[in-house]
Amino acid sequence: MAKGILGLKLGMTTVYVGDVAVPVTIVKAGPCVVVDKKTKERDGYEAVKLGFIEVKPEKLSKPQRGAFNKKNLSSFKFVKEIRGMDGDIGETVTVDIFKSEKFVRVTGISKGKGFAGVVKRWGFGGWPRTHGHAATRRPGSIGQRSTPGRVFKGMKMAGRLGNDTVTLRNLEIVKIERNQNLMLIKGSLPGNENSLVVIRD
Amino acid sequence: MDEIREVEETYMKKRVSSFRPGDTVKVHLRIKEGDKERIQVFEGTVIARGGKGINESFTVRKVSYGIGVERVFPVHSPLVKRIEIKRRGDVRRAKLYYLRERVGKGQVVKEKQGELEQDSQAE
Repeated sequence: MAKGILGLKLGMTTVYVGDVAVPVTIVKAGPCVVVDKKTKERDGYEAVKLGFIEVKPEKLSKPQRGAFNKKNLSSFKFVKEIRGMDGDIGETVTVDIFKSEKFVRVTGISKGKGFAGVVKRWGFGGWPRTHGHAATRRPGSIGQRSTPGRVFKGMKMAGRLGNDTVTLRNLEIVKIERNQNLMLIKGSLPGNENSLVVIRD
Repeated sequence: MDEIREVEETYMKKRVSSFRPGDTVKVHLRIKEGDKERIQVFEGTVIARGGKGINESFTVRKVSYGIGVERVFPVHSPLVKRIEIKRRGDVRRAKLYYLRERVGKGQVVKEKQGELEQDSQAE
């Protein structure tokens, strides 16, 4: 059965595992509550919806409030569906579920970079800064002449960068602090500090 | 933010000796060679301390056979077993990078007068 939990990316630091310094991201993961269930018969697939971070009902829209009220649950700021996960409505999910796991997948929304040029967005080399160059960060040529007489689709050009849903796989769990609901995951995670991440096995 | 600090604190050393830039220190390092372990000592002048929390580090400079050698150590690394203060230095700067330009006797930092207290429990 799949496992998942919602968390807030708190920030990064260093910890020592044995004698080795390891870069980790600290995630406040859960506790989450199962707020809804999807079943094979009704929806065509199995899933649960997890709610994370309780808020005052007034903070939510009326339809959102209704969905929680109907099941006598408190209101949650974030609700996300975890496919293939099992659980009953009202059940609490904590970091404990990852006790037996070594690696996880983490999904988040990457930091938005705005309208970015081709050097930042696609890693183009740019042009020499010296020797009379006026355009150091431009892409250069984007095609040929009258044959084909057009720019090929998918040409790497400037545009919006970041603010995408990014999933990183095989991230090592360094430590789980069950009392504080914290998870230490090796390496960096997508998104800003205090942004939502979904951790799955 | 506080949670990050709490996590860091569990990995930090409880007591760190109170050395400052200008001090002459002996850094006791654990060196692993295959499955054997031994202690190596690096002795020199502290020329900088930087960073905070678990990422705090310090730079030690010595002149070995006429060649200047500098090493940067993380204060909280388990490999840094002990930092022993040999001599207090009397300096007016936090970063003693000017020592790099000095030759001969000019490299020696003036000694600070007064008792040299050693924290025996510090790592």
